[in-house]
Amino acid sequence: MAGVAVSTTINGDHVEYLCQPDETLLEVLRDRLGLTGAKEGCGTGDCGACSVIVDDRLVCSCLVLGAEAEGRQVETIEGMAHGEKLHPLQQKFLEHAALQCGICTPGFLIAAKDLLAKNPDPTEEEIRFGLAGNLCRCTGYDKIVRAVQDAAGVMRG
Amino acid sequence: MRYIRPLTIEDAVGQLVGASGTAAILAGGSDLLVRMKGGFVEPDLIIDIKAIDALSEIRETAEGFSIGAAVPCAVLGENKALRQAWPGVVEAAKLIGSKQVQGRCTIVGNLCNASPAADSVPAMVAAGAKAVVAGPSGKRTIAVESVPTAPGRTSLAKGEIIEAILLDKREPRAGDAYLRFIPRTEMDIAVVSAGVNLTLDEAGVVKTARVALGAAAPTVLLVEEAAEVLVGSRLDEATLERLAKVCAGACRPIDDKRGTIEFRRKVAGVLAGRAATTAYERAGGK
Repeated sequence: MAGVAVSTTINGDHVEYLCQPDETLLEVLRDRLGLTGAKEGCGTGDCGACSVIVDDRLVCSCLVLGAEAEGRQVETIEGMAHGEKLHPLQQKFLEHAALQCGICTPGFLIAAKDLLAKNPDPTEEEIRFGLAGNLCRCTGYDKIVRAVQDAAGVMRG
Repeated sequence: MRYIRPLTIEDAVGQLVGASGTAAILAGGSDLLVRMKGGFVEPDLIIDIKAIDALSEIRETAEGFSIGAAVPCAVLGENKALRQAWPGVVEAAKLIGSKQVQGRCTIVGNLCNASPAADSVPAMVAAGAKAVVAGPSGKRTIAVESVPTAPGRTSLAKGEIIEAILLDKREPRAGDAYLRFIPRTEMDIAVVSAGVNLTLDEAGVVKTARVALGAAAPTVLLVEEAAEVLVGSRLDEATLERLAKVCAGACRPIDDKRGTIEFRRKVAGVLAGRAATTAYERAGGK
């Protein structure tokens, strides 16, 4: 298989890589670029643990080919905090203990960031529907919903 | 395996025609990548159609709407004019998968995947949608219901690509609706579903109707007898009862862990009635 040369932007940084045609963006992020925040839960777009934002669209990076990132803007969990300063969603997930094992957390944070960018003041129902593509087997979701509500308030100022 | 990103539909068709071995079209990838991951397909050539400009647009024309094959379902939901004209088609497209999947999946992909349970397909069939097919001998326009021929199979010939879905400009007093049954609130595949599209006369009597059922047979069903029941009525109780009976009779469902034949028949009738009622209200009928 011939490699595909890709030139893209990840978390604001210009990045170039070679990948195989059937390699997913998730595999590229984790195995070629060392960005291991996005997790592989199912690999089939059901669990949301690999969520990233590509050109302002929330996607499962397991359902995107690495080759498709050419010329796009990719945002991953690694770009969420500013240095040592956590994003309000990250801070509120900590304060509300909205995680246990943590595998789903990067995906939830990215999905919640995308949700609040499009709807800064969501109802509980909108949050639950908005995050329905992210599975968590630990928390029962309630603490996650509370953390997102609280963060939304902080971000609205 | 090769990955290519042609810039024109002619180039995409040419690549598809010239491909030795298996070739796959990639738009949203929400079916293709899952099938590749599962080892069900291993294409020799992946043709990503998202760099073909015209395929990523929803165009409003004098005849209605043209929805490009690479337009994600999320974009359908964000298009106000389309939502107003064809709320049933948009609500069906918006039922597919999660937010993550919505950002990628397309109605053309949903159609060409040819699952009997595809959500957007009964809504498109009820809407009388057409598919524009580009192929080696030029373009042709065909009814959406003529695309799927069996689960996982389509009528498209080698080298053919659906480049757009066409929806008519709306007449006054028209409405459509789509409903599906799933055992949870979302993130599931239809056990059975119904799409209904109606136009009314000035007195609120149904002038034209199209009724389509999903997951009720190997391919989507356009139930003409059900449309005949609705035409001339104001959707009174007796009409809705007859509609339910005709739809239940038209189903050729399977028995599986998701629903029995008996359950699917009954629910097909119930959903057709409810979708008809919503379509009637959207058309301004009371």
